[in-house]
Amino acid sequence: MPAKYAIHTSTMPHRFQPITRSGIIAWEEGCLKCAVCVKKQCVYGVYDRRGMDPVQMIDSIDNQCMNCLRCVQSCPKELIHKSLNPEYEAMGDAWWRPDIIASLWSQAQTGKIPVSGAGYPGPFSGPGFDAMWTDMSEIVRPTRDGIHGREYISTAVDMGKTPDHLSFDERGNLTGDLPRVADIPLPIILRMPAFGAIGPETMKGWATAAKRLGTLFSLPWETADHELAEFGPWLLPSIAGKGDSVQIPSGARVVEVAYGDGWEAAADRIQNREGAPLVSIRIPMTHDAAETVLSLVKAGVSVIHLEGTMDGRFRDDDEAWVKDGIRAVHLRLVEENLRDGMTLLAGGGISMAEHVPKSIICGADAVVIDFPILIALECRMCRRCTKGLSCPVAVEGAAADWIASRVVNLVGAWQNQLLEVMGAMGIRDVRRLRGEAGRAMFFQELEKETFSAMDQVEEGCDIE
Amino acid sequence: MNRSEPFQLPKIVPTPSRFRNPIGKFRLHRTDDCIACGKCVEVCPYGVHVIKRGRVVIARHDRCVGPECPEPCYAVCPVNALSIRRNPDFDVMGDARWTPDLLVSTWHMAEFGRVPEKGYEYRTGGSGGGFDKLRLVFPKETGTSPKQTDEPDIGVVLNRRNDTAHRIRIEVPFYGGGMSYGSVSIHTMLSRIKAAAALGTFCCTGEGGYPDELKPYDHNVITQVATGLFGVREETIQRVRIVEFKYAQGAKPGLGGHLLGDKVTPGVARMREAVAGYPLFSPFPFHSVYSVEDHKKHVDWIKAVNPKALVSVKVSTPTDVDMVAVGSYYAGAHIIHLDGSYGGTGAAPDIAKKNIAMPLEYAVPKVHRFLQEEGVRDRITVIASGGIRTPHDMAKVIALGADGICTGTADLVALECIRCHNCESGRGCARGIATTDPELLNLLEVEWGSQRIINMFLAWRSELIRILKKLGMHSLTELVGRTDCLVHLDYLKGR
Repeated sequence: MPAKYAIHTSTMPHRFQPITRSGIIAWEEGCLKCAVCVKKQCVYGVYDRRGMDPVQMIDSIDNQCMNCLRCVQSCPKELIHKSLNPEYEAMGDAWWRPDIIASLWSQAQTGKIPVSGAGYPGPFSGPGFDAMWTDMSEIVRPTRDGIHGREYISTAVDMGKTPDHLSFDERGNLTGDLPRVADIPLPIILRMPAFGAIGPETMKGWATAAKRLGTLFSLPWETADHELAEFGPWLLPSIAGKGDSVQIPSGARVVEVAYGDGWEAAADRIQNREGAPLVSIRIPMTHDAAETVLSLVKAGVSVIHLEGTMDGRFRDDDEAWVKDGIRAVHLRLVEENLRDGMTLLAGGGISMAEHVPKSIICGADAVVIDFPILIALECRMCRRCTKGLSCPVAVEGAAADWIASRVVNLVGAWQNQLLEVMGAMGIRDVRRLRGEAGRAMFFQELEKETFSAMDQVEEGCDIE
Repeated sequence: MNRSEPFQLPKIVPTPSRFRNPIGKFRLHRTDDCIACGKCVEVCPYGVHVIKRGRVVIARHDRCVGPECPEPCYAVCPVNALSIRRNPDFDVMGDARWTPDLLVSTWHMAEFGRVPEKGYEYRTGGSGGGFDKLRLVFPKETGTSPKQTDEPDIGVVLNRRNDTAHRIRIEVPFYGGGMSYGSVSIHTMLSRIKAAAALGTFCCTGEGGYPDELKPYDHNVITQVATGLFGVREETIQRVRIVEFKYAQGAKPGLGGHLLGDKVTPGVARMREAVAGYPLFSPFPFHSVYSVEDHKKHVDWIKAVNPKALVSVKVSTPTDVDMVAVGSYYAGAHIIHLDGSYGGTGAAPDIAKKNIAMPLEYAVPKVHRFLQEEGVRDRITVIASGGIRTPHDMAKVIALGADGICTGTADLVALECIRCHNCESGRGCARGIATTDPELLNLLEVEWGSQRIINMFLAWRSELIRILKKLGMHSLTELVGRTDCLVHLDYLKGR
């Protein structure tokens, strides 16, 4: 087997105090000045370690508090309380929830898988990706790599058209051209988010992260700073126009063209450039997407990027989820016997590590992530930047190196979580996971099978 | 129980909080206008106000039921000295599954041995699905059918194979799920096991070995054989009447266990035959089991070491959980223990807790049906665990097809867990429950802990009996698989 792919993470501190779910309220009035104050007895030493952040004038106490409530429950005058933080609850929106944002911050800081004690605290299920569970295997399965196994789980994917067979001459040499593929070591592609306080350093940081990870960073190329061209092999330049006058960075392996009038001409022009990069066509996730994808594949397109909205929905239907769109497109391609001749990238609203294996189970080869790489830089999804106001965490002022490390940490944590999920179900190669819907359980089906018959209450019966 | 004397239920002994300021939903405020007339003391049925040296003070904020009170003190106060507001501390605790209401209700049960009268939702949580969307349906009260007066039998027979192993019947339809020495303190372990012994049931050691302190309770201990084989010896298997194989755990299905180095104290290391300060991995899966035949070899191994032992097989809930259950039966298991994906853990990756394997509510009916179709349902005991928080959850999962249940988190909540989810880090639980830190574990005394758990389960028991009576059933076995006694709110028609 080829050398094992590993992402090296290391702690990269926040620049600002993160917003916490709850805060401490401690009153001084009425204090008895006990010889041994409950604050001195804090198991975590929170009150001793507190300090004022000089830049933001914020007390660090809330970020150290672990919510054991012992001080609240022990102060003889009941002067200490905790309260939910309205600033936390107001963060983001219904899709980019405060808990998701806070978890992304922490993963970007530590590079570690989020681990906690006690059972799952969240809702039973939810919309989109929350309406599915992944499978596990009780006994027969390969080992999870890293701990005790010699084998490891591969997360590499190839982009492009892989041939269904190879031909050799009498002497055993390959005849014909080798397939043109671009391989990435993990099924995650970075993409510049649609908004953000993004400056030249930010872009350089993201490109550096892509280079360190060995993956691609997708960005609108016509308006980009062409100094980024030095990152050629790790860029996925996106072209909006006809592409006639655009300089493609040298070494670029894949170039993206937006679906629309003239895409064919642009694709032709790009493929005939030196290095002959692969062309990926980006199409919006809509109810017509499956038919569009079919026509593109039949026209010879080998990479297609399906893009939903930033809250994981169809672009033409608020009630339809990207998860179901990927499944529909994948199944249509399988039906037409075209699936193995192309690569399907999916994006739009990918906000948690679990969305990677879930998208792949639904039929994508790899996912495209955008806002997570901004939230890794402490973005609070406040959208002030979209109104021309200053960024509360000054993303545009962050250094490229810090940015790259934060993003590498985040993606490292995600890759590790992908390995956990694959390990649990006994799959050793992420390419084998694609479209394996049998390795998932879907809420709608289970719910109907289990509960649909439980629909009767006779008149006058009591329920509780 | 093989004992000759009839089983005696333990007594409820009121056991208040360990902390000076117990947390409830409301806080009352008294101004200096108070004239100490004692009207509030008189009207409050819950003992919130007390007279102390001629002054009226609030002794128990947490007992206040708020606006649901029949005669609120703040309404009758002649000088309007009392006001009420929601307690902000209350909303900081808990989560969607263990809502603050459920936490405080459980504390009420652990203190008084009965469910709260008012003010708290003690039956369902806020997860918006599964148990929280299911409701028990009771038959119409016709007035002609005689009121059921005898107490329904809620005991569960654990050996249904009728083989030569122990004939064990538990007096209540629940036993304590595995929590290892290391993940929880010895005080917590002892509290649970003492409570189980008093209630005529069992408690599992988890996979961290079998501490000597548990020896007096051998009769009520289940010892676990898990993939790490920590502390498993012939002698520990021979000591007990039930041995549990843990193939997987609901909170982290398909993943191994991981005890962080900080929690591997010298005592834990000795018990697990390991080195203090180093993290311990319990691998996944059993590397000696790659087929159902290998699994039979495992069961045979236990039966060779302790021929009278019952064998329980604890598995998680993958899509093929029904096949796993049948396979376990044919391999010789007495108990199939399904641990649903929303179960508890000392530490697990968040991604695993949320996403891997299916919730218990789907798995139990699937297994029940499949075992019936196979014609072996009455030959094996189905135990369900993983997200059972209340007596109503227990009744619902039995109606879905389980014979009995295992609890874990509920026991810890009785010991005043607030679900801060920090069991895994540093010195462990700051409240002295899930920790091995010598200073922290002394925050919890065994006598107090066992009585809290006994009280809680006596409340569960009374509530289950009330439910069965209301259903007109004489035995819990009548409820098993009776999905017609359930309704799912999303599917409910015409109401």
